[in-house]
Parts: sequence; C-alpha cells; structure tokens
Amino acid sequence: MATATAEHHENYLTELKTIKSWLLTLDHKRVGLLYLFSIVFFFLIGGTAAALFRLDLATAEADVLSHETYNKLFTMHGVVMIFFFLVPSVPAVLGNFLLPLMLGAKDVAFPRLNLASWYIFMIGGTFTLVAVLMGGVDTGWTFYTPYSSTYANTNVIMAALGVFITGFSSILTGVNFVVTVHKMRCPGLTWFRLPLFVWSLYATSLIMVLGTPVLAITIFLLILERGLGIGVFDPKLGGDPVLFQHMFWFYSHPAVYIMILPGFGVISDVMACFSRKRVYGYEFVAMSSMAIAVIGFFVWGHHMFVSSQSIYAGMVFSFLTFLVGIPTAIKIFNWTATMFRGSVWLEAPMLYALGFIGLFLIGGLTGLYLSTMALDVHLHDTYFVVAHFHYVMVGGMMMAWLCGVHFWWPKMTGRLYSAYWSKMSAILVFAGFNFTFFPQFIMGYMGMPRRYHIYPKEFEVFHQMSTLGASIMGLGLLMALCYFTHSWFRGEKATQNPWYAFGLEWTHTQTPPITHNFEEDPVVTREAYDYEDESIYTNEDKARA
Amino acid sequence: MNFSFPTFPEAQSKYAEQVDWLYAYLNAVTFFFTILVTVLIVVFVTKYKRKSQDDRVPWQHEGKWLEITGSVIPFFLAMVMFFWGAKLHFNNRIAPEDAMEILVTGKQWMWKVQHPNGKREINELHVPVNQPIKLTMTSEDVIHSFYIPNLRIKQDVLFGRYTRVWFEADKVGNSHLFCAEFCGTEHSAMVGTVYIMSESDYQAWLTGEGAMAGDSPVEAGEKLFSSLGCIGCHHNGTQPETPALQGPSLVGAFGREEEMNNGEKLIVDEDYLLESIVNPNAKIVKPYRENIMPTFKGQVTETQLMQLIEYIKSLKGGEQTAEQKTGAAGS
Repeated sequence: MATATAEHHENYLTELKTIKSWLLTLDHKRVGLLYLFSIVFFFLIGGTAAALFRLDLATAEADVLSHETYNKLFTMHGVVMIFFFLVPSVPAVLGNFLLPLMLGAKDVAFPRLNLASWYIFMIGGTFTLVAVLMGGVDTGWTFYTPYSSTYANTNVIMAALGVFITGFSSILTGVNFVVTVHKMRCPGLTWFRLPLFVWSLYATSLIMVLGTPVLAITIFLLILERGLGIGVFDPKLGGDPVLFQHMFWFYSHPAVYIMILPGFGVISDVMACFSRKRVYGYEFVAMSSMAIAVIGFFVWGHHMFVSSQSIYAGMVFSFLTFLVGIPTAIKIFNWTATMFRGSVWLEAPMLYALGFIGLFLIGGLTGLYLSTMALDVHLHDTYFVVAHFHYVMVGGMMMAWLCGVHFWWPKMTGRLYSAYWSKMSAILVFAGFNFTFFPQFIMGYMGMPRRYHIYPKEFEVFHQMSTLGASIMGLGLLMALCYFTHSWFRGEKATQNPWYAFGLEWTHTQTPPITHNFEEDPVVTREAYDYEDESIYTNEDKARA
Repeated sequence: MNFSFPTFPEAQSKYAEQVDWLYAYLNAVTFFFTILVTVLIVVFVTKYKRKSQDDRVPWQHEGKWLEITGSVIPFFLAMVMFFWGAKLHFNNRIAPEDAMEILVTGKQWMWKVQHPNGKREINELHVPVNQPIKLTMTSEDVIHSFYIPNLRIKQDVLFGRYTRVWFEADKVGNSHLFCAEFCGTEHSAMVGTVYIMSESDYQAWLTGEGAMAGDSPVEAGEKLFSSLGCIGCHHNGTQPETPALQGPSLVGAFGREEEMNNGEKLIVDEDYLLESIVNPNAKIVKPYRENIMPTFKGQVTETQLMQLIEYIKSLKGGEQTAEQKTGAAGS
C-alpha cells in the first residue's frame, strides 16, 4: 500500500509543466482537468445569460432587454448549460479523473480517443460561441420545427452544428468508458465490488452511445431542411413537425438521465464516506441505475401529450414514466437509510449531498405531476415545468457535481479548501436555489407560460422572489469559485485520504496521484464501501485527525 | 395600487375543478414524502453525528423490507395518479354533440377567432357560460399552443392539420389566453383574454358592434365553393346530379366512411377534407381518378380553408347521399 510519501514524489501535475504537455496529454486525470476548466468557462457564460434575463424578469414589462435579446439569452442559457455543462459535468470531469483510479487501472481503455473527445467538445463549443457572437439563436434549446428550420432569422445552423459536433464527444467518451469498465478492472474487482459511481457512469455511457446518434441525425436533418429546403419537418415542405419532436425527445429524454445518473453515483459514494457505512442496498442502487437507463428510452412521448400525439400513445408513455419513478424512489430511500446507525460527518461534500437528496426528491416528485396526463395538459410549457427540471438539473445534477468536486478536489489538486467558506457556500446555494425555483411551481400552476419576456402583473411578485433567490445562489457559487481558486494556488496541502474514504483512489495512491496512478498494481480483496477496513486510515491522516 | 397576492388560479369549469382535485392528491403525496425524508435526514444527522474520527461503524445486516415497501407503496400511489390522470384526460377528449363550434387560427403573433355567425375577433374569445364550446384550430405558420389556464386546457396548434379542444365553462368571468409554445420574437405578446359571459350577454355581444361585419363561416365557404369552381365537379345539392360530375358528391360526405382507391377505409373528417383540398391526390375516394383535381395549396388562406370545410360540413344529405353514391359508382 502506498503511504504518506506524497511530498517527495512527482505527481501527475508536477511531472511535466509545459502548455504542450497539457494540450497533448494522454493522462485521463489531465483530460479531466481540461474538461473542468472548460465547463466552468461554459457555466459562467450560461450563468451570465441567466443573470441577465432573470434581472429583466423582475418586472412584468421589458426593462433592459428587447424581445429578441431575451429569446436569445434563454436559448443560450439552455444550449450552453445542457450540452456544455450538464452533460459533460460529472462524466467528463469526475468520470475521466476517477474511473481508472477506481478500477485500479493506469488509464482509460483508449487514452488518445479520450483526448480527441475533449478537442471535439471544444470545437463544438466554439461553433456555439461563434453562433452567439454572430448575433445569437432564438429557438430555445429544443430547436422545435418549423420555427427553427424555416421561420427563425438567427444563426440556427451554426448553433445546431455546435450541438451536433459536441454529440460525438459524448459518444466517444461513452464508448471509452464502457470498454474501460469491461476490460480494465483490476484483479478482485468484480462487478458487484464496483463503487456505485462506476455503476452510474456505466449506465450513463450506455445511454450516451445509444441515444446521442439519434440527436445527431435529428440535428443533421434540421440543418438540411434549413440549409437546403429538404422537407422533413416543415409541413409547408411536406414534412411533419411532430416527427422532429419524437426524434428530439428520443434522445433528449434519455439525456435527462445522462444528466442525472452520474450525479446519483457521486451521491452514493459521498453518503457512504460521510456516514462511514456501506450504501444501504448496494445491489438495488446499482440495478436501479441500469433500470432507469433502460426504461428511460421508452418515455419520450410524455413531452408531447398536447402536441397532437395519439391519446393512446400518450397513455402508454404516461404509464412507463411512472415506472421510472420506482427505481428513483428506491435510491432516495437507500441514501437516507445509509445514514441510519452510521457516523455522520457534516463537511461541505456531505452538505451538498444532503441538499441534493432534498432537492432531487422535490424534482422527482414534481415529475409525477407532469407524467399525469390531465395535469400535464395544464402544466405543460408553464413555469411548473421550468421549476421541475431545474430542481432535477440544478438541484440535482449541479449540486451533485459540486458535491463531487468538493469531495475529490483534494485528490485532484493535492490541496484543501476552506471548510468554513465551503459550508457557507453549500448553505447559500441550497437556500438561494429554493428561493429561486419554489415560487415557480406556484406561478406555473397559476398558468404562467415559460419563455415569456413580458407577463401579466399578478406573476410579478413570484418572479421577484426568483430573481432575489438567483442572486443568493449566484453569490454562493461565486464564493465557491473564490475559495477553489485560492486553494489551487495557496491551499493547505492535502493528505492522502483526508475524508478517510474507502476506495482505490483514496487508499492505494498518493495525493495527487502519480501519472500512472499506482506504484504497484492494486488487488481488491474487499467488498465496496467496507468502512471497517482500517487501511483507509493512513498514519498521516490519523495524525491530522 | 390594488395589491393582491393570488396563489391559485380560478377554476371556471367542472373539468378545471376535477383537475384541481387531482392536483390536491399529488400535493398530498409530495408533501408526505418530502416531510418524511426531511425529518429522517434531520433525525439521522443529529442522532448519528460523528463524535470523533475514531468512531467505527460495524458492518450491518440489511433486510429487504426497505426495498420492498419502498417500491410497492410508491408504485400503488403512482398507479392511482396514472389511472386518475389518464381517465380524466380520456373522458374529456371528445366534445359533446351539441357543442358550439368556434374556429381559431394562430399566426405569429395573434389568435384569430371566428364565431358561427361570422363574427370575428383577435386575441379575444367571447363564449357563453354553461354551453359546450368546441374549438377547431389550425396555424398559419409555426406551432402555437392554445392555453386557457382557468379552464386547465391546452392544445398545440399546427400548420396543415386541425387540432381540437373543448370546454364547458360554468363560471362567468375572464381568463387569460396564452400561447404556450415558443413561436418567435413576440411569443409573449401572443396573449389575450377569454370572456366567459352569460347567455344573454353573449347574444348581445354577438349581435352588437361589428356583428354585421362578415358572413358566417358557412356562408363564406359557400361563396368560395362557387368562386373557386369546386361546384363544377362536386355535387353540393344545388346543381343536377349527373354522372358528368368528375368529383364525389359532398352532400352528406362529412362523417361518412369512404373506401379509398387503395382499399383503405376512412371516416371523412376535417383533416381528410383539408388534405384533399391542398393535396388532392393523397387519398382518393373509390372509384374517382387521380390528377383530375388541381391543388388549392397557396391559393386559399387557412381561414378560407376552414370556411370551405365548415360549408362542406353543413351539406347534410340524408337519403340523398345513398342515391348519389350509387349514381357516382355507376359512372
């Protein structure tokens, strides 16, 4: 076992320091960091867009923005946050960094492909940013036809190309991870000894590989129709606009699970570590990820109850959607039960994990309203939907991503961050988030439609609460940016296993890890999350305690 | 300033109240589980708080009871939601026979409405209370969505096809009318008001200002039927029925089951009539021939199409239909 000798070893950050060594790196850990910096950049862009239109929505009239600018801003917010932040957030940053470490491997199965994924991601991102610089896009992130293919006067093709290209980065990462999990597990690491983070990445990768090509085809057809006038979706050209919705949601609903399953994995690992206990019902949690991945492919029509889709199809989609709720409920109960008779330590990652459970629970339960046909007819395309998916995507995935970054930051950078400020930030983000989005459930049921720049006066007070809450959340996030930046340069050096966590990345490699991860090839002899294992407490860590 | 703080939309129909009961059930389930999980988290965090980093937790035996109760109970609660929601939606999908039909056309960025007597309005909808109202809707351009929050109804509106929604309001008062599907720059200005009025007020409104402005949809459609030359080939009950007529009779055609040249059978509805006007060769009634009828695509507006269809719907034939059919088949 590697012990406390971190100070004297070169690690993956210090071994080579040139820019070239970063841009041509084949090290999964460095690729993970490249993704980290890239998606933080995109997150700031998406967040700025949100800040601008949230400010404008504080009053019922148009204040700062024109209709065109407002529409472009919410489109930019959606496209950037979904395709350039949420989808890659946990898989591409934490997944890349952790998967080989957790498997006891030297790298992912195809390191060059892994680097290529990042370049493809950046090219796609560049196209989207160019679309923004050229004047923006105003179709919404859903690109519904025939508005996007015929009527919009904005840079649809450029933005759509960005999404199209980025999709390939997802597919390649997915293929890489699936092969890595199958072929690169170290001796003794059987499937049911895998950390739940790996299970969730595996399920996510399958969706990426199977679903993303459909998005690519859909976007490609959209580009053909807009560029060459080939009638696929526009009824005036003989196409069918509802076909676009079917194809779009065939990817984009499973994509919701791409955006949440990896978060489940983070939460499982963190709940176990900070309860010092195996995740309750390990097999059920692992299998529920797979069940969600499979059923998630058959529920897309629940986005289309009022689209003129057949009512019988709608009923089948409604039923299947309720089925997805069951494995999700199982996860929530199991995470909560993990703390039962455990030893709960409330550090920043745990605060984020508990925040995740609360917010994702509300996000999941409000999903039931939207699966219920008669209720969805009223709620579809209102702020209720906006609130629901922000509870899942931001309250769920962004919180999970922050939870994971806080948890693995010491391992990634070799440095600690302020315990006080990180807890403050977790509390501010949680409170600010609820302040922002809870009022939106209420105004959604009152009928406030989404994507409205100006709106009737009676909704104003709710929008003001939202704007205020968003400011609080923004403050919490900026706080995190500050202490992480400080930690990167000046933070206290981290010990090998500062959280006393179980897992190869903590117990078998130094902090930060060496380029090839392990001094000697690990062999796993214990079940996952075996917190009775005394080897998780190194001498150095004990001294710190 | 009159400051009010409503947190719930008014329910102006029986259906809206039924939706609200369903909403109440889901709220109850949501509050129960949110409170349950929150309480458990708070209790566990305080009760099992780590005292020292030397605390150890022994490996614990896990039963299956949590997984079983945790999936069976939510499953039953969810199935109640599913059946309740699907049944309510399903039972209200088709308008009653005696519903009054109003035509709605969405376009960037307004709602155009036409009443049975020909009265038109824009971004407003006046309807009588306690009377089933059926809206037949189409779009001139992109997808819009017709949404009346106080009636809890919404339906997307598309170019090239007709979608329908119906309601029977039971409370006089106003409601918002929204476009719920993003439709471009002035999407948020594609809004209006629904005025639910007493029967007498509605009659007064109908016959009031601007009432004489136009023909009823049926009258307008009848004029189009002549001016566009439809009458040359399609029997409408005014000209003699001769085998020389090259198209099927339209008397009593609406709602009839017809066999197509390819053997397919279908009921003649608004969508079939629409398709036959803009794309006549798509489905042709047996035994008529292809490439006889020209397309009227681009020559008539969406509103005119609706008027033509309303006119065809008004051609009720009775027994004449059967005779006409035999006549045509013998030609």
